Amino acid sequence: MLEIKCPYCGKRSQNEFSYGGDASVKRPELGKEISDKDWDDFIYNRKNPRGKHSEFWHHIAGCRQWFKVLRSTATHEIFKTAKIDEEL
Amino acid sequence: MQKYSILSLIKNAFSNHQNWEVAWKDPEPKKEYDVVIVGGGGHGLATAYYLAKEHKITNIAILEKGWIGGGNVGRNTTILRSNYMWDANGLFYEYGMKLWENLSQELNYNVMYSPRGIINLAHSDAQLNVYARRGNSMRLNGIDALMLGREELKKKIPFADFSASARFPIFGGLMQPRGGTARHDAVAWGYARQADSMGVDIIQHCEVTGFDVQNGKIEGVQTSRGNIKTKKIGLCVAGSTSLLAEKLNMKLPIEAHVLQACVSEPVKPFLDHVVTFGAGHFYCSQSDKGEMVMGGDLDGYNSYAQRGNLPTIQHVLSEGVAMFPNLSRLKMLRTWGGIMDMSMDGSPVIDKSHIEGLYLNFGWCYGGFKATPVSGWTFAHTIAQDRPHKLNEKFTLNRFNTGHLIDEKGVGTKTWIG
Repeated sequence: MLEIKCPYCGKRSQNEFSYGGDASVKRPELGKEISDKDWDDFIYNRKNPRGKHSEFWHHIAGCRQWFKVLRSTATHEIFKTAKIDEEL
Repeated sequence: MQKYSILSLIKNAFSNHQNWEVAWKDPEPKKEYDVVIVGGGGHGLATAYYLAKEHKITNIAILEKGWIGGGNVGRNTTILRSNYMWDANGLFYEYGMKLWENLSQELNYNVMYSPRGIINLAHSDAQLNVYARRGNSMRLNGIDALMLGREELKKKIPFADFSASARFPIFGGLMQPRGGTARHDAVAWGYARQADSMGVDIIQHCEVTGFDVQNGKIEGVQTSRGNIKTKKIGLCVAGSTSLLAEKLNMKLPIEAHVLQACVSEPVKPFLDHVVTFGAGHFYCSQSDKGEMVMGGDLDGYNSYAQRGNLPTIQHVLSEGVAMFPNLSRLKMLRTWGGIMDMSMDGSPVIDKSHIEGLYLNFGWCYGGFKATPVSGWTFAHTIAQDRPHKLNEKFTLNRFNTGHLIDEKGVGTKTWIG
């Protein structure tokens, strides 16, 4: 069982959260020339590291806020959590 | 190679089974090979076998970081089926079913192929319509499919919840009678033994640490047991694909996720078929030992850990109990996890790459085991002929760029939803 510290509610069990994927993926800026490769990288291609991974989680059965988590994909250890507009 | 038969069994019984030949050797890596297969799982072993058998290329090394059969080929729920709707998938997996049917004879190794039939349950009229459409698509591709009504299902799976109070009442189902199971370890060992007998070097405990690429061409591979020269590398490392791709500066359309499975204590014959729950994600069958073999959802976050967490097991088994209420009385014997390459459209890639001599085989999501023979067969063709076979020509890497996705499940790019 993961214990995830929601930046708003504190430590809660994994059951209250849902996953939102890689938080390092940035949408290409609107109004600029966007290559096919930029779109591919945004939509499909992932770094998929073994080790530290910054990711989105949603406190869906709690305060319903999205936030960021720095977690190890090798051990599931959670190093840090942050609000969506904060740096991890 | 020693042939396995009832006579060889009797003969060896007289010497207390002390004199069986080893099933495969443990060679030192040579300096150079025609083809190097990275990954000694089911797909890698099958690829080497079909390269030797169909394409007469026998100077091959299989490099395996751990031991053969220790990864996903030993961690799955052993289900075989070709009940797909899209042509690319249906025709591909159906060719695989044909290979499964003769595999024990071909490998002279009992893979315990058991065509017991796979049943997908439907819990609403709408779902029955969807299954009828899928069944019709399958039959147009020459794949066996049957629609079953509620009364027929009562006879086939009497322990399912047919009560008036069922939360998800059973309306009917789609059955592929030739679907079933096989013994996963035997598949790996059978391919390994035959590949070895044709001259393939199976090199275990040998980790690939880097690739030698010059002028856009593969020249060799660096390993924990020295450098090996080769012009052709086949990458078959489901669960570690992104990690090796990173060494080649490639970013692939996959995420690694852990999928758990579990078995119960053994009980008397209870379930004759493979059955999937239509109102969630749960599937089960009964092993020859009597254990209920069960699985369902991913844990739902990126993971390379080969172990999962209890909430997912609880969630999956609650679906199981909704389908077969008397499962609630069983004790769990063991649970385990394997790492899936979850691709962005739910279908695999068997393709060449932008590097000459580098061939890719990844993205099997939940479905790698049943594909073992056909994946090896088509990948061997792709490597030997330097072009895909018709069966895998749609499983390209650039389909994500051109938009020709094979989105059988239509769930989009959220791989963790699966």
